[in-house]
Amino acid sequence: MPANAFNGFTDYGIGIGLRVPHYNHILSEKPTVDWFEIISENFMCDGGRPLKVLDQILEQYRVVQHGVSAYFGSAQPLDREHLKRLKRLVKRTNTPWLSDHLCWGSVDGRYTHDLLPMPYTFAAAKVTAEKIRHARDFLEVPIAVENVSSYAEFHVSEMTEWEFLSEVVERADCGILLDVNNIYVSSRNHNFNPLDYINHVPAERVAQFHIAGHTRYRKYILDTHDHPVIDPVWQLYEHALRRTGPTATLLEWDARIPSFEEVHNEALKARRFIENVEVHA
Amino acid sequence: MPDAVRTPKRQSRREYLQLQRLMAGAVMQPLSRRGGMQSAAPDGRPMKKVAAGFIKPNGRLTSLERLEIYNRQYWFRLLDCFYDDYPGLRAVLGDRRFAKLAEAYLTQNPSASFSLRNLGRSLIEFLATEPHWVAPHGTLALDMARLEWAQIEAFDNEAKPPLKMDALLEIDPARTLLQLQPHLTLLELSHPVDEFLIQIKRAVRLRDEASNAMEARPAHLRRKLKRRLKPAKVFLAVHRHNDTVFYKRLEPGAFRVLSAFRTKAALAEACQQLGAEEGSSPDAGGKVKAWFESWAALGWLCR
Repeated sequence: MPANAFNGFTDYGIGIGLRVPHYNHILSEKPTVDWFEIISENFMCDGGRPLKVLDQILEQYRVVQHGVSAYFGSAQPLDREHLKRLKRLVKRTNTPWLSDHLCWGSVDGRYTHDLLPMPYTFAAAKVTAEKIRHARDFLEVPIAVENVSSYAEFHVSEMTEWEFLSEVVERADCGILLDVNNIYVSSRNHNFNPLDYINHVPAERVAQFHIAGHTRYRKYILDTHDHPVIDPVWQLYEHALRRTGPTATLLEWDARIPSFEEVHNEALKARRFIENVEVHA
Repeated sequence: MPDAVRTPKRQSRREYLQLQRLMAGAVMQPLSRRGGMQSAAPDGRPMKKVAAGFIKPNGRLTSLERLEIYNRQYWFRLLDCFYDDYPGLRAVLGDRRFAKLAEAYLTQNPSASFSLRNLGRSLIEFLATEPHWVAPHGTLALDMARLEWAQIEAFDNEAKPPLKMDALLEIDPARTLLQLQPHLTLLELSHPVDEFLIQIKRAVRLRDEASNAMEARPAHLRRKLKRRLKPAKVFLAVHRHNDTVFYKRLEPGAFRVLSAFRTKAALAEACQQLGAEEGSSPDAGGKVKAWFESWAALGWLCR
């Protein structure tokens, strides 16, 4: 698959998230998988089974780190302890790129452990881009930021979400982890056309895709990662692929996790769309 | 107010921080009794008004309802984690009191770490300073909280290169400072909560395998097991071996020697912690040697 500076010039294919219920299957059956994505924070510990399993996985597979609490969008400086531990893990995994979310979640040393939405303002974009640059300089690895699902919008916003994403990544000169399910979820929650979003994203900066399932409630959609990917999300994925070219893709399945085969087969559905794009390229 | 009227001025960096403080305060505020957002914000203003001041409504949800999604997600996530980490404490207190404790503790001690693994870091101190949350089970609850925190520490704390018995025999006992593995916690307990926790976990496992059994009702089981729990002094080591967390009961003398290593005592100094009676008994030398052989085999001692 085409490589770019934002994914470390790698040609990764279709991966899945490394999750605890699948550990035994993966270590004993050694299934063929292009790559695994790990949640960095689950392995930023000092010892024990998490690191032992990770080392066993690293012997056989390619691993990419995905974080959930760098909080580039928090208005205050990065957590130094977090960064130090993250760097230790980067050295261990040799991840070709590292991703985290375009969001905030901590303030005054208190952590919400959520991916809170950002006001789409120039002040927020500037702060966020500075922090991404700082993290990349410290970690010495390309960084890609992921668009999140959101359930609220702010009066103070000065631009659309896709304009904000572009503003941040251009200022930071970083990559994008484009989550097409999140685009779909937010488009429904905030009444915008998801194609407008995808058409505006700087395609040359897309380092990776995320696909996932979600849960529909009466008045909103929640990003739960506990279902297969729905057809409209696959269609958005295909549309995005046409703009970016074939790009590393990962299926997220984090709750009510089915068997390894079911998760992997769901991820491999992406192959059809990638092949379509390759044929028409 | 229409958007066109609301957004004439660009947000400053300071205002950006203030917005995050405002939203975090609302999101981290405890849920109401009906499980939704409270009607008053932390500063006493109507929450409806506060939410409308910074969050846009849409055609389906008010500003308050949109903010409430985050408020609920915050508490569901933290409570899930707290329940996972403290099944024994929940068994000691019962569901209702445990829920109240969880809310009080997490309200006063919101997460201060990027990892949810550290959520219970201040719980022991909290229980010691606010014992009314667990009265009249204060000592028992504290024992259980200490055990369950020790398990978390044992699971993923560092393991330093262990000292083997051969290496121990070669060191200068008067000068060499020994340490215990960071994953090992020593506990002096007033109740056999180690056995109790094992029984609770076994009962939960059995219930999962036969969920239609009458006996398997969790609250009933917990009450039954708790009735059997009588006070008894227990000296315990919680540690990791081959990536699995274990409990090991210790003799009082062994506990004192090991505790001395926690304060970086030299080998000879640690052995002085043995009481006069234990130290002068005819088999004292053999007993201490056996302890060290066991500790070395388990990899507990390091430099």
